[in-house]
Amino acid sequence: MPKHHLTRRRFIAASALASTALSAPFVRGAHAAGKLSIGLWDHWVPGANKASTDVAQAWAAKERVELTIDYIPSQGNKNLLTIAAEAQAKSGHDMLAMPTWWPHAQADLLEPCNDVMTQLIAQNGAVNGTVEYLNKAGDKWLGVPATIGSQIKGPCSRIDLMKQHAGIDVQAMYPAGAAPKADGWNMEAYLKAAEACSKANVAFGVGLGETTDSVDTAGAFFQSFGAALVDAKGELTVKTDAVRQALDYCVKVARFYPADAPAWDDGSNNRWLVSGRGALIMNPPSAWAVAKRDAPQIAAQCWTHGMPIGPRGRYAPFLPYFWNIWSFSTNKSAAKSLLVAMSQPDAVAKFVAASAGYDIPSFEKLTTLPTWAEEGPPKGTLYHYPNPHNHQTLSIAAAPAPPKIAQQIYTQATLTKMIVRHLRGEPMERTLAWAESEVEGFLRG
Amino acid sequence: MADAVLTSSSPVRRATARPGAIRRFFQRKSTIAFLMALPLILLIFGLVIYPAFYAIYLSMLRKSMTSIAWMRNCSWLPDAICTRIPFGNMQFLFTRETFWMVVYQSCLFAITAVIFKAIFGFIIAHFVHNIPAKGQRKWRGMLLIPWVIPPAMSTLAWLWLFDPSYSAFNYILSGMGFGRIPWTGDASWARFSVILVNIWVGAPFFMIMYLAALKSVPDQLYEAAEIDGANWWQRIWYVTLPMMRNIIAITALFSTIVTFANFDIVRVLTAGGPLDQTHLFATWAFRLGIEGGDIPLGASVSLFMVPILAVAAVFILRDINQRGNEA
Repeated sequence: MPKHHLTRRRFIAASALASTALSAPFVRGAHAAGKLSIGLWDHWVPGANKASTDVAQAWAAKERVELTIDYIPSQGNKNLLTIAAEAQAKSGHDMLAMPTWWPHAQADLLEPCNDVMTQLIAQNGAVNGTVEYLNKAGDKWLGVPATIGSQIKGPCSRIDLMKQHAGIDVQAMYPAGAAPKADGWNMEAYLKAAEACSKANVAFGVGLGETTDSVDTAGAFFQSFGAALVDAKGELTVKTDAVRQALDYCVKVARFYPADAPAWDDGSNNRWLVSGRGALIMNPPSAWAVAKRDAPQIAAQCWTHGMPIGPRGRYAPFLPYFWNIWSFSTNKSAAKSLLVAMSQPDAVAKFVAASAGYDIPSFEKLTTLPTWAEEGPPKGTLYHYPNPHNHQTLSIAAAPAPPKIAQQIYTQATLTKMIVRHLRGEPMERTLAWAESEVEGFLRG
Repeated sequence: MADAVLTSSSPVRRATARPGAIRRFFQRKSTIAFLMALPLILLIFGLVIYPAFYAIYLSMLRKSMTSIAWMRNCSWLPDAICTRIPFGNMQFLFTRETFWMVVYQSCLFAITAVIFKAIFGFIIAHFVHNIPAKGQRKWRGMLLIPWVIPPAMSTLAWLWLFDPSYSAFNYILSGMGFGRIPWTGDASWARFSVILVNIWVGAPFFMIMYLAALKSVPDQLYEAAEIDGANWWQRIWYVTLPMMRNIIAITALFSTIVTFANFDIVRVLTAGGPLDQTHLFATWAFRLGIEGGDIPLGASVSLFMVPILAVAAVFILRDINQRGNEA
């Protein structure tokens, strides 16, 4: 039998090997906290994606997470297709940016974010009612409201044309740096201004098509009259006086919109403003930003402000994006940590600045960032864009119907179709009967 | 016989015979053909057959996708049977006004577009056929351009021509003193516009198929007809058309299927508007399923065209077979 001698050299080598092997799992490498794959909305403001990449990658470096970011465009509904595909496959990104209705549509597949939301609300203030409506199922927060992509679609008016043809000084109504003095900005004033501008051949560029800009505007007007097709309990409320009043008003004012408004898409109103053909559109500041680049003389006359008040209040269309974590994500803790990092005030300020004021955070303490006060020309044009004085109720068309029903009313553009049908001569009761039949179909489970 | 002797003679030889059998198996024409077609078979399975069956499965689910959408209250069936049929979504669709409008529009779109594509394709094929061989290739290439460009791209160009506010056509019309036409804002004009673009995209396919058919008609038949005193029209009616019958039927079938299933032209040009009056099955299925989040209902709409097209395909292919047998 050969004898084994344990030499000093051999002992040291063996000890070193054993200690390395034992400590290896506890070494904190560059990606010690695992991998995370996220899909963010591909911003249409050039350079805006860089801000989110910087914030997210800084977090990843600090937390030692291997982070992959995909920017998914909403053109051609690629983001919706991605959501639908990942929900079917139960595989894909850990976290996805979902627009408006999609957290509720996928509620069963989303990780609750109550812990994150409690922390963020304590830090940044409460979220508005629309965020709660779209992002909460029972007691479960479905995700975190994203600053990136969230927008208000209020009026963007031409200062000169409104003054000249409608006798309205929008800057005096909504002064930069101060609370609105817009008590006179009501439905009657809006109707008269629309008529005057139409006669002066600079009609209000409000669409009556089936895309979101048209639907959002119609929704805000209906809500200003207290009109809803389905109430919060899911009961049909089509044939009510409020709906009749709202429809009657919308048709009256639609006669002063461009004749081709029923065929408009989300780009038509932007082109209407940038080409100098209209005195007002309903849009976030993207149209103004394009004008700043392509038609600076028009941009210098643009002023973003609040909606007119109706019998039941002043409602503005708000379309938030959300960051949602799939329940099948393999790194939920890292995803939640990232959501907290991307909702910090300094990160939010970066996103807002990078988007030239387009993006709006949903937390009440973050609506007075310097970007909106400073952007121009004219300086202060975006001051009232994020609703800093809570002057209007932020809402989404088809609310307060249960979100899964409201989504159908919204995507089928039932409100604008009602307006166009009645505008083209269909009797009101026939239009209401048609709408009721459509909405009955949406109620099916 | 020699093989039998060899295989029974020794175990060693038996062992060496097996690779030979495998080699022979792989050298068979049928095996080679199968192996060469295998990638395509796998592709068809992955991209056509599996999704088709998955779509059928989806169409049977309720909106929440957690249970089956059974039929209910079918007066023409005993309740015990009715509530065991998983076509609740189809039953629901049949009660919708918009669904029947989409059925009407899809038929109108497909039939009108195919007829005009066939007529224009036939006329253009004749023109090209009569061009001297030297310059014909140039014309053939140019005329195929609308068919070769991806329709989503070319339709975008059409969208700018038809734009509600800045239509190039309207600019020309108003320059000539005519009024503006609501190309995509009025139901009739919007339907005309989407059909026109479909004809523009699809007519070259008919042209190239008819041109190939025209070239295969023997000249002797025309000579014989001429000797018999047939005029131009009679030559077309009694010689050209009968000789092209099969290719006309096949092309029409192909085009009908593709036109019924069209998505990109309508999606880009009108997105189904105004008031859903240009929606086809595919665009409406997308609106319901993807945009509206009701995937089962969207799947049901997209499957509705399968029986229609299957019936059309059976009739047309049977007719072609019968004529083939007669020949």
